[in-house]
Amino acid sequence: MSSVSTQEIKSEFLKSKLGLTGIFILSGLILVSIITISAIPASTFQEWNNPEKWISYPKTSVPSWVNFLSSEKIPEHKILEPEIFQSQKNGIFLTSQQFGVFFEYDDFPSDFIIEMKTKYSDSHLVQIKVIRPDGITLELLSTSLPHSDSDTIHNQRYFSTDSMIKKNLNMYKDDFQFDFLSGTTEIIFSKLQENEIQKGNYIFIVDIYGTEKPVEVLESKLVLGGKAYGLMGTDELRRDLAIGLLWGTPLALFIGISVSIGSVVVGLVYGVYSGYRGKKTDEVMMRFNDVIYALPALPFLIILAVTISNSIFLMIGFLMIFSWVGIAKVSRSMSLQIKTRQYIEAAKIMGQKDSKIIFRHILPQLLPYAFASIAISVPAAITTEAGLSFLGLGDPSFPTWGQILHDANTYGAAAQGFWWWIVPPGILIAITGLAFVFIGNALDAIVNPKLKR
Amino acid sequence: MYQKSQIYYKVNNDNLSMGLKRYLVTRGLTMFGVLMITLLLTISLVGSNMDTILKQGVIYQVRAEITENTTIAQGFNNPEEFEKFVQQKIDERIETLGLDTPWYSPQRLGYTMYKILILDFGNATFLTSDSGSSNVGEIIFEKMPKTILLFTTATIIISIIGIVLGAASSNKIGSKTDRITSTFAVISSSFPVWWIGMLMIFVFAFVYQIFPARATPSIEPDDPGYFLALLYHMALPVITIVLIGFGAWAYLVRNFMVGIMQEDFISAKKTIGISRKKIVYSHALRNAAPPIVTILALSLSGSLGGAIITEAVFDWPGMGRLYFEAISVMDLPVIIGSTYILTVLFLVSIFIADLLYGYFDPRVRTAS
Repeated sequence: MSSVSTQEIKSEFLKSKLGLTGIFILSGLILVSIITISAIPASTFQEWNNPEKWISYPKTSVPSWVNFLSSEKIPEHKILEPEIFQSQKNGIFLTSQQFGVFFEYDDFPSDFIIEMKTKYSDSHLVQIKVIRPDGITLELLSTSLPHSDSDTIHNQRYFSTDSMIKKNLNMYKDDFQFDFLSGTTEIIFSKLQENEIQKGNYIFIVDIYGTEKPVEVLESKLVLGGKAYGLMGTDELRRDLAIGLLWGTPLALFIGISVSIGSVVVGLVYGVYSGYRGKKTDEVMMRFNDVIYALPALPFLIILAVTISNSIFLMIGFLMIFSWVGIAKVSRSMSLQIKTRQYIEAAKIMGQKDSKIIFRHILPQLLPYAFASIAISVPAAITTEAGLSFLGLGDPSFPTWGQILHDANTYGAAAQGFWWWIVPPGILIAITGLAFVFIGNALDAIVNPKLKR
Repeated sequence: MYQKSQIYYKVNNDNLSMGLKRYLVTRGLTMFGVLMITLLLTISLVGSNMDTILKQGVIYQVRAEITENTTIAQGFNNPEEFEKFVQQKIDERIETLGLDTPWYSPQRLGYTMYKILILDFGNATFLTSDSGSSNVGEIIFEKMPKTILLFTTATIIISIIGIVLGAASSNKIGSKTDRITSTFAVISSSFPVWWIGMLMIFVFAFVYQIFPARATPSIEPDDPGYFLALLYHMALPVITIVLIGFGAWAYLVRNFMVGIMQEDFISAKKTIGISRKKIVYSHALRNAAPPIVTILALSLSGSLGGAIITEAVFDWPGMGRLYFEAISVMDLPVIIGSTYILTVLFLVSIFIADLLYGYFDPRVRTAS
């Protein structure tokens, strides 16, 4: 083993195309992590497993960019905000919310939900209607807000699946020239002649009538259920996959880097000490090394996760237990070589302490090797953690790529064709791994010139 | 370098048998020690849970026995007295079974370890074998052949492709084959096998319906067509494992070969005028065999650990899936039993790898 100076490593590394590619990918990932951590509120990942939060998102919808690629436009999931008009006529107060949407897709929206939070007192009448592009107005629902004597805040949801809406639509049966067999959205958005989508501007109107004073609309939205949403689509539990994937990036880097640094440092010190001391100490330490080496890692990691805890920080510790062994073996044999060199002998004769010799004279020699092994052992850490998460043993409080794949597998994403749920997390795992493999290989080629050709 | 060691091997043939024996004994003892430590670790990790489950089992059993026999219940005037009687019976039973001492008491620990050593794992709490037996040993030995079938087949295919491809790329370093092999090796080893598995299921079971999505055959095991069905269901997992594995193998073989091709004896053969092709495929490959065989044994053991996830993805009815199922329902006897068997398999293959390595490269024995 020849010692290479830091300068040489730097200049050699800058020449290596592979290494630079690795650095490039890695900086991209780090950038994504920084943006995620600073721009996306942490509450999004803390609520990852809280179904309440995702209720207004669509179920298993494809990423919305798919529409650019295919000729048939899949209806996009839309969350619409209203325009609110208030008027007064003959002592009747009218609060009208209008949700306009230009519907240009080739399929019907799956459903719609109107959600509103209102503040009112007394009785109020609610009327929901829709004005279609062909000018026809369909009255969907007439109902009332629950009576209240004092000011109260009320949350109300109107679903398109409401049987009253279906009944009201039946009144228009004569206008349509087909039988009403399908759901409400497939009538509202249909042409008159045949059950086919009619494109154009639709306006949903929610009118609230009151006699004493107008209703105050605090929050209101209309969710038009589609089959396409966001950058990455959503999963079976309606979660926005883009958020999960983004949060997975800093987590994967954190897990990979901390496990590899931890295990390389432990392995290095252990191996060098064992090799340097030699004799009985070496024998005992290497036997212990053999024992850890021969433990089947995955079953043990599983048992540890099940019986002790699946906290991500403990998991990092568990992963370290199984990954320092190989490095210890190599660095032992390296230190066996180095300790026979004359300057080490000289240092010994001068009466320097063992710890000083190890940390001053032997370890620095192994640093290039250490950096290469840190980079090389990151992918294994990431894939092992992903594997454990995939088995359902991950930390539920953090959305990792492995967990997204676990959910995908549980809900049979592969067999149902939800490719956007399966492909991106795996590619991200692989890309992250590749970045480190590239860097590691480039470093390795510099540190061990024998491999270079 | 392996050439040199073989010469050395011949010279020292006389005192080698002594060295080899000592080497084997130390390795064997280490392995046994590892096995015991693994057992102890497993038991101590699941021990306290085990106690609770066993005690609950006893309570359930005693209650069932008493309620079955109606005459006992009729002999009591009030429910309290009856409860007291039941409790007393339960305590008696727990004492006779030795469950009143905790799992870490020396007698119980020793007894448990002895039972496991003689492969008596007791009865599973929830899981049963296909034939309906809940004996852990029977369950494991029903699943093990399938794991071995899947992974040995895959490993054999991988090593054949890997050796051929590796030799071919070492023959022409820097050629297209070589570059593609090396790139493929690096890229393929970054993908988790189980993820590729999910993709394969998506592509070949959903988009193109060529292979079944679940790898468990739907016909009964005693049906004559079962074996064929099993092979058909095995295709997708095998293809996946091979796809992910062969690149790294080819790269490894290539690197060994490149090292050997630089040796003096190869240069000598070149100067004699033996064709390059013959040198690569006959002389060099033969010299690369020892490390290749060693790593073959090691990679087989390594893939056994990965079996847990791979089998879970493909729903392959082997040890890995059994392990996964046992964990999800916390069936402790099965967990302990399969950890033990997995460890034994793992150690046996490491031991074989060590043996082969020691046999081929005598420096290992004398170095320490």
